[in-house]
Amino acid sequence: MLDNLKLLFIWAPVMNVQLILDGIFIGAVFALTAYGLALVWGVMNIKNLAQGDFVIMGGYISFALFNAGFHPLLTLPLAMILMFGFGWLVYVIIIRRVIDKDMFTSLLATFGLSLLMQQVINLIFGPEVQTVDPDFKIYSAFDDFVTIPSIKILSLVLAALLALGVVLFMKKSRLGQSIRATAQDPRAARVMGINTDRVYAITFALNAAICGAAGVLVAMIWVIQPFYGIVYSIRSFAIVTASGLGNLPAVIGAGFGLGLAEQYTGIVFGAEYQVASAVVLLLLVLMWRQIKLRQKREVVR
Amino acid sequence: MNFNKLVLASISFVTGMLMLVFPLQAKVEGDKIILGSAISLTGKYATNGLHAQRGYDFAVERINSMGGVKVGGKTYMLSIKYYDDESTPARGAQLAERLIKQDGVEFMLGPYSSGLTKAIAPVTEKYGVPMVEAEGASRSLFTQGYRYLFAVLSTSEQYLSPSIDHAASMAKKNGKNPSSVKVAMAFENDPFSLDVREGVVDTAKKYGMKIVIDDKLPADLSDMSSTLTKVKAMRPDILLVSGHSKGAATAARQIGEMRINVPLISITHCEAAKVHEKFPKAAQGFLCPTQWSPNVPYSDSYFGDSKKYDREFKAAYPSYSAIPYQTAQASAAVLVWKLAFEAANSFDKDRLRDAISATQTETFYGKIKFSEAGNNIAKPMLMRQISGKKYADVVSANDLAWPRKVSY
Repeated sequence: MLDNLKLLFIWAPVMNVQLILDGIFIGAVFALTAYGLALVWGVMNIKNLAQGDFVIMGGYISFALFNAGFHPLLTLPLAMILMFGFGWLVYVIIIRRVIDKDMFTSLLATFGLSLLMQQVINLIFGPEVQTVDPDFKIYSAFDDFVTIPSIKILSLVLAALLALGVVLFMKKSRLGQSIRATAQDPRAARVMGINTDRVYAITFALNAAICGAAGVLVAMIWVIQPFYGIVYSIRSFAIVTASGLGNLPAVIGAGFGLGLAEQYTGIVFGAEYQVASAVVLLLLVLMWRQIKLRQKREVVR
Repeated sequence: MNFNKLVLASISFVTGMLMLVFPLQAKVEGDKIILGSAISLTGKYATNGLHAQRGYDFAVERINSMGGVKVGGKTYMLSIKYYDDESTPARGAQLAERLIKQDGVEFMLGPYSSGLTKAIAPVTEKYGVPMVEAEGASRSLFTQGYRYLFAVLSTSEQYLSPSIDHAASMAKKNGKNPSSVKVAMAFENDPFSLDVREGVVDTAKKYGMKIVIDDKLPADLSDMSSTLTKVKAMRPDILLVSGHSKGAATAARQIGEMRINVPLISITHCEAAKVHEKFPKAAQGFLCPTQWSPNVPYSDSYFGDSKKYDREFKAAYPSYSAIPYQTAQASAAVLVWKLAFEAANSFDKDRLRDAISATQTETFYGKIKFSEAGNNIAKPMLMRQISGKKYADVVSANDLAWPRKVSY
């Protein structure tokens, strides 16, 4: 470990450039999925354990379309549309029935959905690792020491645009306002004439579409496999729990933070702890919060 | 006792007796010898499970069409009873139990992967049922003292250690001391890959080489860029990666993307991951271990030589452009059973066990001779290097393209 630190800061400090860049690129994708999760969690109080599988499904849609001859970038909007439809379907078939039930029912339902999706994807595409290799230009700096595939830059831009789009949608559009109203108080929203069932359906479908977009990016910058969903679920839960619901800047910040933390953990402690760092960070954040809360806690008489 | 109760009682008595009697006959039904196998037809090992199953089926067909198996002057046909283990060890063990206890199978073929074999071996051992397996290479399978487990393939510690040998002779050839070679390794944290790692560590130690990177990759690895960044900084002479097909695919993709320039890169499961097709640029010069290739100089009287096996298997299953070694070794396992039945001239489990243990033969897949522990010690691992879109055999370091030629 000490060797690794020396390597990082004394022998080859240029490594940091690569790590920071990679962390940011990857963090953008994490932030996207986490935001989708926060949306569903906040509005519907559903903790979607199938979040990561939505990501993987989006990736496979992109993979299938790419193989059918579509341009890799064109698969992004297509995957979003398909995933929106899929999300709606899942809402009508499953989520609507569990939304008023207690937490465990919805956890079980989405966990079941996650297993089902994994197996169906596995049946259709097989268990091999797949990737969408768009063969875009790879930029390099410092004598090839730092390489930046343009697809990663592109994914950062796309993620930013998507986030911006979602924020504008939530703030400005009538539908977005009704989503926020429903999140604040479903009963009051219903009294005001908002069709909360429809709002829930749109929220869930929107989350699926966001995950689909993230999945397309994952398929293009990394690799996908039917059973890889769980790591994305864990990461988004870690980010959302750390940053809180409905706090987009915090979600984005935590996403980037996690991306960086994973890269550095991978170097300093070894690759085996890379994904574990998400959970460790979550633990630290929760402990810190507890300490903060303790300090503020007063007895109210 | 009224009439209905009497009927009910007699029915349950008869079925009970049938259940008792039935298994005893099931292992050989008429002129059929029933072999049993729990194999992964769904789940994460489905692709390779299917490769193995086809290898089994191909061999059964071939042996049956050439007159079957002769035991005690009578001719028997082989057939296999399969269950799908869904790629999960617990299910595999359950199904092995079911094959033996309910279906009365007393001759087992292995499942796919070391993990599944590890789950099933205690069951076959408990019932004293011999199992010839073809897909579990983990060294740790053969250190448990199992008496009824036999494997036709080379064990996992031999997968990447030849690469270290090649790197050492390359160093000598270039006038350097083998101990100056710097080794970087990234292995998945699973029984198979850690066994591969053991073999590498031992060999590197033998030459006094320095291991500069020793990363263990998580099972659901989709990103090994931090390891590769380290590789760039440390500039090792050889990079070794093992993590089944998913590890191979991830590595090939990111090695290309990060323009890794290491003179020799050696990775397991290249063929299974099809890295030569999917990442033709990055995979140039990858040195890949394989259990079998259509070029090995072995033959037997059932399948002919390895080239003939290759040709005829492709004719039977036209969807294959290259035959994975998982298929060839599965066929070899069935052949071992046939030879054992005829050598033992009996269906007694223990006599069969001894017959298998004494097997000493050459097949199209390679020579087969089992050690006391049950692993095949007569067949070496083969190394092949990707050149263009083909695999070139590497027998000695002279065949090696060093440093690997790659243009990103």
